[in-house]
Amino acid sequence: MTNEAIKEYITGHIPTASFDETGEWLNILVESKQLKSLATSLNGQPIQLDFLFCLTCVDYETHLTMVYHLTSSKDRTMNIVLKANVDRTTPEIETVCDIWRTAEFHEREVFEMFGVQFLNHPDLRKLILEEDFKGYPLRKDFEDPINMIKL
Amino acid sequence: MYNETEIIKDTTELGPDGELVINMGPQHPATHGVLHLVVTLNGETIKKIEPHLGYIHRSIEKMCERLTYRQFIYVTSRMDYLSSHINNTACALLVEKGMQIEVPERAKVVRTILNELTRIASHELWIGAMAMDLGAFTPFFYAFREREMITDIMEDTCGARLTMNYIVPGGLMYDIHPAFQTNVKAFIKQFKEKVTEYEDLVTGNVIFQSRTKGVGVLTAEDAISYGCTGPVARASGVSCDMRKIAPYDAYDRVEFDEVIETDGDSFTRYLVRVKEMNQSIRIIEQLIDNIPEGEFVGKTKNVLKLAKGEFYQRVETARGELGVYIVSEGGTTPYRIKFRSPGFSNLSVLNHISKGSMIGDLMATMGTLDLVIPDIDR
Repeated sequence: MTNEAIKEYITGHIPTASFDETGEWLNILVESKQLKSLATSLNGQPIQLDFLFCLTCVDYETHLTMVYHLTSSKDRTMNIVLKANVDRTTPEIETVCDIWRTAEFHEREVFEMFGVQFLNHPDLRKLILEEDFKGYPLRKDFEDPINMIKL
Repeated sequence: MYNETEIIKDTTELGPDGELVINMGPQHPATHGVLHLVVTLNGETIKKIEPHLGYIHRSIEKMCERLTYRQFIYVTSRMDYLSSHINNTACALLVEKGMQIEVPERAKVVRTILNELTRIASHELWIGAMAMDLGAFTPFFYAFREREMITDIMEDTCGARLTMNYIVPGGLMYDIHPAFQTNVKAFIKQFKEKVTEYEDLVTGNVIFQSRTKGVGVLTAEDAISYGCTGPVARASGVSCDMRKIAPYDAYDRVEFDEVIETDGDSFTRYLVRVKEMNQSIRIIEQLIDNIPEGEFVGKTKNVLKLAKGEFYQRVETARGELGVYIVSEGGTTPYRIKFRSPGFSNLSVLNHISKGSMIGDLMATMGTLDLVIPDIDR
């Protein structure tokens, strides 16, 4: 499926979605509330983006951006990047781990590193950090005076 | 000091339905690293496995935000230490893509040969360690005999045996050792003679087959849903070889087969890796006599700056698809970097495929997933 066809399909589903084709792959920015329904329909017919190969978050200091890299196991040359901005003070977004089960671990990692709350996640706990760790280490304003990362 | 019942209470925990919760690791000989699994058992049947990570978490992603595009490559050797060449290649390729640096043909071919040697070395170590986990001690020595030759080649070429740091943006750090081609050819000759030896020892072994056949079956749908890549997914019939899908370096000019099997059990995952080693030899044979003369590194500026934007590079490590995602603000350091490590996704499927099997089979399942813990924790 070409980028044009994907764009047409998504515009039909969510008219407010904005596109960016300057990079290597097609970037789609949607509102965080619309992400779940769009993700569900992208996984099904006709596009079948069934392979979530990267899920992460970027801290832009004014807001956080969730980034989902998707591809199709039928056609691995078709890659799209789905993005949704979330608020930095109370970050909340619907989980996608019932659509792509790999998201369960990736979302737990984003939860502890960025503090994003994934609604309806089956088991949202810290994965890598200790249970009593304070703060969100991958946010830009995180400072740790004991284990300094700054050079 | 204690009576017998108290000791049992201290070390075990009985759940509401007579479930037994045991901790496997972080110090366990078969996890080959600091992986901590909390296993819930009913009798000997596994009900749930919860991995607890972070024992070797070094926050590599945060560190890389402070390192320049020349420096951050050295940190990535410490992620999947058995595929350090391939990790370095991924980062170099990404910087080259972002800055449109021309890489000389010589560097491309040498990189491909080294990547394939790394893959063989990694699979050799895996075969030895995996067979040892299942009680066969001899294959370990057989496999390390050949692996030693590769590490010697690496030592001659890069000066290091494990964390190579030989690949830089633009090509190679310095030219190859004069005896590189002779040594690699000697290795190929020895490997072809000896590979049948430990294949006979393991593949046809009755005990090994009964321990692995039908154990930890992963279906193609689950492999896709859980984001599995590499030999784990290919054993379930999912085509996912990045060398075929998005060829980099010299992979577009060599002939090799993507090994795909459909059974999806532990034994199939073993077979895929053995067949992959033979394909790697095939790639090296095509390239070793055709290393082009010329420069080994392209012209680069002293200070590397990536344009503002986002970059993603995927490569095939010995364990699967490694993705490097960089958000650049136009400076000399990445604004945000994310390593999508193959082990992380492959580990997430462990609970799903071992549920309902015996605790004794967990070794076979976990062994064939080929987990490298520093790669998972980052």
